[in-house]
Amino acid sequence: MSAADAAADREGPSPGAARGGAAVPARSGVNDFALKIATVNGTGSASANNLLMKAIFRMGIPVTGKNVFPSNIQGLPTWYEIRVSGEGWTARSPEYDLIVAMNPATYERDIAEVQPGGWVLHDASWPLPRELRREDVTFLGVPLAEMGAERFHGSRTRILMKNVGYVGALAALLDLDREVVRSLLEETFGTKKRALLDANFEAFDLGWTWAREHWETPLPIRLSPLDATRDSILIDGNTAAAIGCLYAGATVASWYPITPSTSLVQAFEAYAGEYREDPETGKLKVAVIQAEDELAAAGMAIGAGWMGARSFTSTSGAGISLMSEFIGLAYYTEIPVVFFDIERVGPSTGMPTRTQQGDLLTVAYASHGDTRHIALFPADPGECFELAVAAFDLAERFQTPVFVVSDLDIGMNDWVVPRFEWDDGYRPDRGKVLGAEELEAGAEFLRYADVDGDGIPWRTLPGVHPRGAYFTRGSGHDYRARYTEDAGPYTEVVDRLLRKHRNAREHVPAPVVERRPGARLGLVTVGGCDCACREAVQRLAEEGVELDYLRVRAFPFSDQVEAFLLEHETSFVVEQNRDAQLLHLLVAETEVTRDRLVSVRRYGGLPLSAVHVVEDVMAKLDARTGAEVGA
Amino acid sequence: MSWIEKPQVRHPSLEENELGLTRRDYEGRMSTLCAGCGHDSVTAAVIEAFWKLSVPPHRVAKLSGIGCSAKTPTYFIEEAHGFNAVHGRMPSIATGANAANRDLVYIGISGDGDSLSIGLGQLCHAIRRNVDMLYVLENNGVYGLTKGQFSASADVGSVAKTGEVNRQQPIDPVLVALSLGASFVARSFSGDKGQLVPILEAGLEHRGLALVDVISPCVTFNDHEGSTKSYRYTREHEVEAVAADFVPLRAEITAEYGAGAAREVRMHDGSTVLFRKVPEDYDPTDRDAAYAYVRERQEAGEIPTGLLHIDPEAEEMHEVLGTLGTPLVELPYESLCPGREKLAEITAAFR
Repeated sequence: MSAADAAADREGPSPGAARGGAAVPARSGVNDFALKIATVNGTGSASANNLLMKAIFRMGIPVTGKNVFPSNIQGLPTWYEIRVSGEGWTARSPEYDLIVAMNPATYERDIAEVQPGGWVLHDASWPLPRELRREDVTFLGVPLAEMGAERFHGSRTRILMKNVGYVGALAALLDLDREVVRSLLEETFGTKKRALLDANFEAFDLGWTWAREHWETPLPIRLSPLDATRDSILIDGNTAAAIGCLYAGATVASWYPITPSTSLVQAFEAYAGEYREDPETGKLKVAVIQAEDELAAAGMAIGAGWMGARSFTSTSGAGISLMSEFIGLAYYTEIPVVFFDIERVGPSTGMPTRTQQGDLLTVAYASHGDTRHIALFPADPGECFELAVAAFDLAERFQTPVFVVSDLDIGMNDWVVPRFEWDDGYRPDRGKVLGAEELEAGAEFLRYADVDGDGIPWRTLPGVHPRGAYFTRGSGHDYRARYTEDAGPYTEVVDRLLRKHRNAREHVPAPVVERRPGARLGLVTVGGCDCACREAVQRLAEEGVELDYLRVRAFPFSDQVEAFLLEHETSFVVEQNRDAQLLHLLVAETEVTRDRLVSVRRYGGLPLSAVHVVEDVMAKLDARTGAEVGA
Repeated sequence: MSWIEKPQVRHPSLEENELGLTRRDYEGRMSTLCAGCGHDSVTAAVIEAFWKLSVPPHRVAKLSGIGCSAKTPTYFIEEAHGFNAVHGRMPSIATGANAANRDLVYIGISGDGDSLSIGLGQLCHAIRRNVDMLYVLENNGVYGLTKGQFSASADVGSVAKTGEVNRQQPIDPVLVALSLGASFVARSFSGDKGQLVPILEAGLEHRGLALVDVISPCVTFNDHEGSTKSYRYTREHEVEAVAADFVPLRAEITAEYGAGAAREVRMHDGSTVLFRKVPEDYDPTDRDAAYAYVRERQEAGEIPTGLLHIDPEAEEMHEVLGTLGTPLVELPYESLCPGREKLAEITAAFR
């Protein structure tokens, strides 16, 4: 069967119709398709996949890559999904037009997942079991291992080159610019690793040539150069957050390795090594400490915050659980400190290499007793950068822990986002700090008193002045920081803490709101659901379901969030956890009643897709407010 | 109320240190510990050591965890910045604080419950990092605030007030510290101020973590017959094996400091530790020998005390991290932010 035949096969029902979901239109194929690459982890396929992804990006075409990897170093199945969207939709798409099946262990499920009319690219060095064949897809076999064995020596090299080989075949099939691939390889290997460069390009060409000689290329799903990524970068959220910390002036980072947050501090350390080195002494203007556990990591960040440094730690849900006692201490003693929570699937160890938004309630109220925190929810790496900076300002202004709640999908996958900008006029908001001069001049210092009526007390930094000394303690204290076990002085302090938290709502990042004319329903979401939800809102509008859109960007919720909820009779709340945590937080912390909110949840560990949101909204709409459809 | 206002009475005749401060200026609030508590004697020794070294009170950061020991920083140096952390986690707060501001003088007060059970990990890792701080472990073998449970330092055979006999092996902070490569390890007794004060002084001047285990009897729950952490037992079994004097950088070595000392060790800042008395062939800079000696004496039923081990050349945390000499908290923001142009350079790598 030729590629052209395969294309003819697709003239039938659109993929959307085939699934019975009327809202998903057929894709054109040009700059609009999804593919999934199935390999074995630890074989070097990640670099091959990144090469493919980056080459598409360099062609000016918006592209999304999702790494679906195991919690393992070598030998287990791993997948990489690429979605190409000329229109710029960046959510994951599970409607795979093409599967690159390089792992026999997962042939069965991989082949089952390709859309009818799609393609399966596989290694034809060995016969594909007959029972795996499907009549409605085209099998493209290329003898990658066989060709590699002829051209390369050593099993490791052969495996590595096989990966580049499938990129070559894909390049021919998808019309990927060969010169772009060439220049990317040159950038990677430079002139010093000439042999590697040549080997890689040779392997690429093996696949490329084979495909050109044996199949009609390109396929109907193909790339066509655009100019849509000129002002963008391809970056993961953890690296972006690390750059944010660097620019915010963070000087102390303490951490304990945990997937998927590890790369954040590692990136910070790497940048700090480059940009925080004192030119005269070669010494560092930063301290990055790998702690013995998450408890110590939190303690170190808090200790540094107490001293007046901008400090942070980075972890995932399991780490937040361990840090909870310390989080309460920082809250009650009013110490600025930033926690990055890169969420993964819980509970317990859960699925450490899958994504979820399962920590929303945890971070909002982490620790025992009456505690409540400021939390920021970036939607993509661009916001990881921006909100990292905002987090340090808010932590110091409100003298409290601030959480930046990202997730594995945002943190570890590469996203196309606008190039970061920086205003050199930025200066950190250090909040209310009494300095040596003010103390010397006799300023009255009452550590936990509400002097200004905004709930925020003044603080001093250790070592600055004798009159600034006080005892920081997690035990009951009064407005002068003195130990107390008396109801009145205790209540005075915790009530002020509540006022302080409430007052933060107008200083945290405002929600993103997009309104559609005539919309009576709302769709509310948070974090990395953004791209899938915005795409879903568009698709639903095409079906006559108009939705106003709001994305929460912070807790406590600003007044706009409440107003939006109250102005819509029904709002769908889309999130990635089982227990509708955002929904419950909205009910608990705004005047909206539960009956106005309809929960839409996906929490199996993979990034959200517009298809899911459309499906779920349509189903719930039919059940609940069917009369409004098309209104 | 768990604190009492202490009347401020000035005595013009009190001796002043180099800063013109008297011992009174290094005191804190009134202790609310039990009358006769060993911890109060340790507090008195801490006050004496800071006064003698003329440390500006507001340049001191005093930290603790939770427990009776954790209360004591309130009782010394009122003008120092204090931090009561959570149980067993004082070391990490001190580590982060020191990372941010290396110029303050850090003293952490802990206990055997705080440091040897819930906080054992943090103690060990603070030792490994060699955080520049004086770490005083007030060791009484018992949980006082919760009324008398055995702690991890209780010796085998030691009898609780309830009559229960401990049958688990104790964790000895001195042996733990020596096996981890601590750069300063001492044991003392709250009832021996003459020994304790110079050890604290040396510990404060030591560059790195100075662990001082102080047997500090609990008069309420562990000072009875059958206890191995009672005043009586400690007095009867303590042997001042390694007697040391501390000579600050500026002072001359005179007869007062025991001229003709057995050995002297030069500290990193130029001060000197004079070992007045050491066992034959004992080298306090040899950690393995110190370990062997302590074990040997313990087997003989003794509690060897003194400045048991010192390594003045060990790298402290900042040297390992390669941090700038200027405290990080003093660096202006302008010197920390790479700026707009560099951001373009950074993001170019993601094209």
